Amino acid sequence: MDKEQRKHETPMAKQGVLDRIHNFYEVALGYTEEQARAEAERCLQCPNPRCVQGCPVDVPIPQFIKLIKEGNYIGASEKIKEKNSLPAVCGRVCPQENQCQKFCVIGKMGDPISIGRLERFVSDYERNQGVTIPEKQKAGATGKVAIVGSGPAGLTVAADLVKLGHEVVMFESLHSAGGVLMYGIPQFRLPKEIVQAEVSYIKKLGVEVKTNYTIGRIFTIDELFADGFDAIFVGSGAGLPRFMNIPGENLGGVYSANEFLIRVNLMKGYMFPEYDTPIRIGKNVAVIGGGNVAMDSARCSLRLGAEKVYIVYRRSRDELPAREEEAENAEEEGIIFTLLTNPTKFVGDESGWVSGMECIKMELGEPDASGRRRPVAVEGSEFMMDVDTAIIAIGQTPNPLIQRTTEGLETTKWGTIIVNEETGAATKEGVYAGGDVVSGAATVISAMGAGKTAAAGIHDYIQKKKGGK
Amino acid sequence: MYKIVTKTELAPNIYLIELASADIANKSNPGQFLILRLDDKGERVPLTIAGVDLNKGTVSTAFHAVGRTTKKLAKLNAGDSIMDVSGPLGNPAEVGNFGKVLLVGGGVWCAPLYYVAQALKKNNNKLVVVAAGRTQNDMVYENELKSVADEFHVATDDGSKGNEGLDFLADVLKAQKFDHAVVMGPVSALKKVVEMTKPYGLNTMVTLASLMVDGTGMCGACRVTVGGETKFACMDGPEFNGLDVDFDELVLRQRVYLPEERMASMIHDKLGGGVKRG
Ligand SMILES: Cc1cc2nc3c(=O)[nH]c(=O)nc-3n(C[C@H](O)[C@H](O)[C@H](O)COP(=O)(O)OP(=O)(O)OC[C@H]3O[C@@H](n4cnc5c(N)ncnc54)[C@H](O)[C@@H]3O)c2cc1C
Ligand SMILES: Cc1cc2nc3c(=O)[nH]c(=O)nc-3n(C[C@H](O)[C@H](O)[C@H](O)COP(=O)(O)OP(=O)(O)OC[C@H]3O[C@@H](n4cnc5c(N)ncnc54)[C@H](O)[C@@H]3O)c2cc1C
Ligand code: SF4
Ligand code: SF4
Ligand code: FES
Repeated sequence: MDKEQRKHETPMAKQGVLDRIHNFYEVALGYTEEQARAEAERCLQCPNPRCVQGCPVDVPIPQFIKLIKEGNYIGASEKIKEKNSLPAVCGRVCPQENQCQKFCVIGKMGDPISIGRLERFVSDYERNQGVTIPEKQKAGATGKVAIVGSGPAGLTVAADLVKLGHEVVMFESLHSAGGVLMYGIPQFRLPKEIVQAEVSYIKKLGVEVKTNYTIGRIFTIDELFADGFDAIFVGSGAGLPRFMNIPGENLGGVYSANEFLIRVNLMKGYMFPEYDTPIRIGKNVAVIGGGNVAMDSARCSLRLGAEKVYIVYRRSRDELPAREEEAENAEEEGIIFTLLTNPTKFVGDESGWVSGMECIKMELGEPDASGRRRPVAVEGSEFMMDVDTAIIAIGQTPNPLIQRTTEGLETTKWGTIIVNEETGAATKEGVYAGGDVVSGAATVISAMGAGKTAAAGIHDYIQKKKGGK
Repeated sequence: MYKIVTKTELAPNIYLIELASADIANKSNPGQFLILRLDDKGERVPLTIAGVDLNKGTVSTAFHAVGRTTKKLAKLNAGDSIMDVSGPLGNPAEVGNFGKVLLVGGGVWCAPLYYVAQALKKNNNKLVVVAAGRTQNDMVYENELKSVADEFHVATDDGSKGNEGLDFLADVLKAQKFDHAVVMGPVSALKKVVEMTKPYGLNTMVTLASLMVDGTGMCGACRVTVGGETKFACMDGPEFNGLDVDFDELVLRQRVYLPEERMASMIHDKLGGGVKRG
């Protein structure tokens, strides 16, 4: 391969814009075998690979890429799974441009290796071949562990512990497992069939999954201990939507992004009335916020038939927290970015439905605590936007139910659970936590990383408790 | 899957079902609710718990078949199963020792009200109970409520049995002093009773049937304004002091999906369709 060739990534096919804005099928189509091999060829197989530093779970990147070069896709998938039990998910939704790919040396001269796409390719390949179930490696004493929440953090802990021979029961309050992967991230970015394949994989490993169990209501953490669990992992996510507390926010047509996305994704509202749960979308939709949640809400709105969809964000394009690929997809699809703008109130019609949104222009001032320049309102710059649907996507915080019903579980002022970073142990004995409930809304892979840590912490705890070691 | 153990028709279009789940039964308290999803394609619908049988490991709920989901549910029978039952959700109703308590139930809500009334009775309260319905044929749980009442009244919208409408309550409230009131029923009834108890400053607890999706604080669909603040009915309620509730907003928000609900109900009536299996 010559130097020039090496600089350019192998493009991945996408569904055309005109088609995809009318359907919920996956936008990115994935690599073919030839494309994956070509992309793998570009990797320099660095002896001291920088890319791995950018991956929160230390995926052995050059090693798995080498196996792709050799045509051993199953081997490559198994290699990844040593560190990352959800590669089909991460390959699709990791913000690679800020993680592994950001550090790839080729990125200095050209396009970094498309590590995510390769990860996606091998795991899709493996899934289509039929996944094999690994042997359990019983290592020391075993115990009974409860997992609360079935998002990426919980799934990771469950898989790691069951493989070590522990008895694992997972409790999920919704009717299907998967957390945000099921209810938040839309079908066109992460098909639900893939999430369900991952859930059935951990079931096959021997994890008992109990859906419809809201911990804090049906059982408290203490009741679970009394029931014989040796340790409990809390991976309940950051599911409580934030509102803006501005007038008119309770009008019809004003959704939290969570309500909107749950109706669309989990309840399949886009197939109403074949499915029973309705979702109403207007002609002019404003989505407030600039993260992944906002992009997903905007792109769902378009697919549900909205004519104009606005992203209303109070900072500028450079500060958008969304994955770059998704912001680009949104722009391509015709989402209108109304930047440096903040809503101040909603007005409604006589039936109580939102009919307009008053906004104020913002400008960027001094950097704030997050290091980003703080948006400041420009006095007197109020203007009205003509909207009949508004979706508020300004962030989520942890649901307080478990924290409220568990004595001795300390939290920060933001409601996140305090843990020891090395072990994932919370302040109450036997309780571990990780993922968004600890970090605040973050990423799939960071939740999985925290899950890995907690699984190791729980395993050690059980060894000590049961005198195995 | 959750099995329907018994099914009873309480009145035309109003049914009581008993569902098998020892875990839910063990933890249920009056005032809490379940969320049911009948099948793969089903909607999540909240229904208030109307009682438990700890020996049988069952929890019961009464429902009025008004829309697509409740009409489908009405077609199921003892022995059939439904896909998902989540619960208990929400906070229990307050059932302390208050003294004299006024209880008002409307229609199907008389069943869960009886569960609350039993707990209040156990805590040595004096109960003045009103069972209301549309007509004499629509009365639900009349005898049960009567059995725990120290004073009992019946009211129907058309006057076919007992008092005509709830206006007579004005006299009941004038004649004696109450320490607490509990109202369960359609929003119109909640609002009406609160209007009458307000002048006495009587804490009047109402159960708010706002729209809900998850029932665990994730979506905010259930938000209601209480005392000028936004609350989530599923997490902070569903029981609130009616003196503080913005009922007009609640009514508007309940109607958000009316066109879709009518469409779904019409499809159900015209094309039939029960619970999908498999
Ligand atoms: C719309 C959207 C798009 C996103 N896009 C991306 C992306 O592209 N890339 C990326 O890396 N990250 C993305 N994220 C963030 C990422 O999904 C989260 O950081 C990640 O899912 C957190 O994992 P978790 O396991 O901590 O919690 P979650 O995935 O939130 O799972 C928590 C689970 O716990 C359950 N639960 C809560 N309370 C209880 C209880 N009391 N009892 C039982 N169960 C309970 C919940 O129902 C839920 O299923 C996105 C998030 C959203 C909302
Ligand atoms: C916390 C909570 C507890 C609840 N408890 C109960 C309960 O114990 N029993 C119960 O029956 N319901 C209860 N409800 C209400 C119940 O959840 C709704 O009626 C449910 O949406 C019905 O679903 P559906 O698909 O059948 O009807 P939907 O498709 O949701 O449509 C309901 C339609 O019927 C209309 N409607 C509602 N009530 C009546 C009525 N009495 N007469 C005529 N039209 C009506 C509505 O305006 C709406 O158009 C509760 C709701 C909440 C939030
Ligand atoms: S898990 Fe995510 S960050 Fe790690 S290598 Fe894979 S795509 Fe990159
Ligand atoms: S840094 Fe880039 S080129 Fe080097 S091993 Fe990693 S992916 Fe390959
Ligand atoms: S029903 Fe979703 S937050 Fe209350």
